[in-house]
Amino acid sequence: MNKLLIAVALLGACGKKEEGSSGKGGGKPASGGAVTLNASGATFQQPFQEVAIEAFTKANAGIKINYGAGGSGKGRQDFADQVVDFACSDAPYKEADVGKVKGGEFFYIPNVLGPITVSYNVPGVDKLQLSPDVLAKIFGREMKKWNDPAIAADNAGVTLPDLDIVVARRSDGSGTTENFTKYLTLAAPDAWKLKSGSTVEWPADTQAGNGNSGVAQIVKSTKGAIGYVDLSDAKASGLKYAALKNASGAYVDPSVAAATAAGEGIEIKDNLIFSALNSKAPTAYPITAQSWCLIYAKQTDKAKGTAAVAYFKYMLTDGQSLLGEIDFAPIPKVLQDKALAQLAKVQVP
Amino acid sequence: MLLDLRGRSAHGDRAFRWIAIGAGALVLLILGMVALVMVDRARPVLGEMGLSFFSSKRWSSADGMYGALPFLWGTLFTAAIAVAIAVPVSLGVALFVTQVAPRWLKKPMVYVIDLLAVVPSVVFGLWGVLVLSQHFGLGRSFLTAGIILGIMITPIITSLSREVIETTPPSEKEAALALGATRWEMIRASVLPHSKGGLVGAVMLGLGRAMGETIAAALVIGSALGQVTVNPFASGNSMPAVIANEWGEADDMHKSALIALAVTLFVITIAVNLIATAIVQRSMRHSRGKST
Repeated sequence: MNKLLIAVALLGACGKKEEGSSGKGGGKPASGGAVTLNASGATFQQPFQEVAIEAFTKANAGIKINYGAGGSGKGRQDFADQVVDFACSDAPYKEADVGKVKGGEFFYIPNVLGPITVSYNVPGVDKLQLSPDVLAKIFGREMKKWNDPAIAADNAGVTLPDLDIVVARRSDGSGTTENFTKYLTLAAPDAWKLKSGSTVEWPADTQAGNGNSGVAQIVKSTKGAIGYVDLSDAKASGLKYAALKNASGAYVDPSVAAATAAGEGIEIKDNLIFSALNSKAPTAYPITAQSWCLIYAKQTDKAKGTAAVAYFKYMLTDGQSLLGEIDFAPIPKVLQDKALAQLAKVQVP
Repeated sequence: MLLDLRGRSAHGDRAFRWIAIGAGALVLLILGMVALVMVDRARPVLGEMGLSFFSSKRWSSADGMYGALPFLWGTLFTAAIAVAIAVPVSLGVALFVTQVAPRWLKKPMVYVIDLLAVVPSVVFGLWGVLVLSQHFGLGRSFLTAGIILGIMITPIITSLSREVIETTPPSEKEAALALGATRWEMIRASVLPHSKGGLVGAVMLGLGRAMGETIAAALVIGSALGQVTVNPFASGNSMPAVIANEWGEADDMHKSALIALAVTLFVITIAVNLIATAIVQRSMRHSRGKST
């Protein structure tokens, strides 16, 4: 009898521990005015989250925010399972998955745009222009030499060397890959055959690097290399990047201004889902990625809900001015207004 | 044993017994739950792909095609390279430490080898990228991954081999030497036959670790798809590396496929470890029986 009791007690203790550490998103009320918000999601906007959280929590003592950059997919999963207070993602849920979000109605709040550069390492070539079809054929390994006539046609007056092209791409599943390949399916539907996704079926003779910095590192250290890298990592590694031909026919360099411009010429749905890829705006950089943060429409905890809304508001207003320094782009005014209107609908008890 | 404990009714003994049983049961419980959850979540992809999950070379989340053959191959191929590199080195070191080295050198050497075992795998991986891939120009390939894994499993194989070899009864070694054998002849005639089973077990434990190693492999193997080739300089991929790389952004079916890879790896490593443990235990019993 005694033995049984001890065994039951032991098992009970184990069970309790598990419950406690799983920490439901709704959570218990914060004591003494201190609130901690837990969030997870896109690595793409991690640099922004870092600076925004630092500035926001400095101005709002008593609020603490933890952002775990485990990837957009993980962010969406954590948000759906209510293990975080908010999440950020480079892509919306699939139709079929919306029903699995346990906390009911939620809003997509767009907060960041960012150019994805096509960085290259070709000695003697400091200015490179690429059209979508050429880009697709380079990354699909159909064009294997830098002096290919099709590349030359995009670059009148530039002497291209007789050098092998080395394609650098991500080894890990990534929102950057997803946006880059989605752009190619939109802009070069005939020339691009690898489809789109967080990972695609790259040919075996491509070089894989981990993260944006891994790809940047391959491009930097390999003559003839070309790879897709977000602007901040490309700048940090001192890479050269190509001007791309956008949907209205102009060659545009990746820049903060050109990314914001991409957010202007696009269709925005009522739930604020949009794609800034292949934007028709004349000065838009065509491979501009977007990111959202997700917040539940009905907050269940007063302190947390208030803090989360305040932080979202900060990201959409004052926080936007932090983006330029880290080579991300602010969202355009139209989008900002819509996002703020959406945020105003969040109910806090 | 159990009966003895029950006979005495001291509270300490009883508590100890339950804690020990609880700890043992917990391990089995965790293992069981891991297996159960993983198999359950791997079911969708196995249902869809059937046996072609193990035989198809195509891995495409866009088309919902998940064939694990190249990763299975990559895991086995790199582990084989690792073992081929690690075994001669490990046995050499183990024999040197136990049979050849002077007494004052033995302790520091054992210490240094054991130290290698605690270097985090990501450090080996980064070293592999910087030194083997870039400096020595091996690129990211099966060979690079095999070498890194080989270095990583050397300490394990060495320390297990050393312990097995040290169980050789001195009388047998002395008998060989007394008959005029040289040191090598003594090793061949008495040490190696005596410890054969244990050595095989040690190698297989190393093999198990090489197959399961994730981060180091993910960093240096190259993450190329569809590679089923014996060319060691080709880029490829291994099961744990694919899981680590693709998990973060995977959607439902893709996740299921990755979990199915994990189940496959789980089964293979458990099989290897069970076989290894059985061999080691048999040889230990064998040698103990002999020496008494």
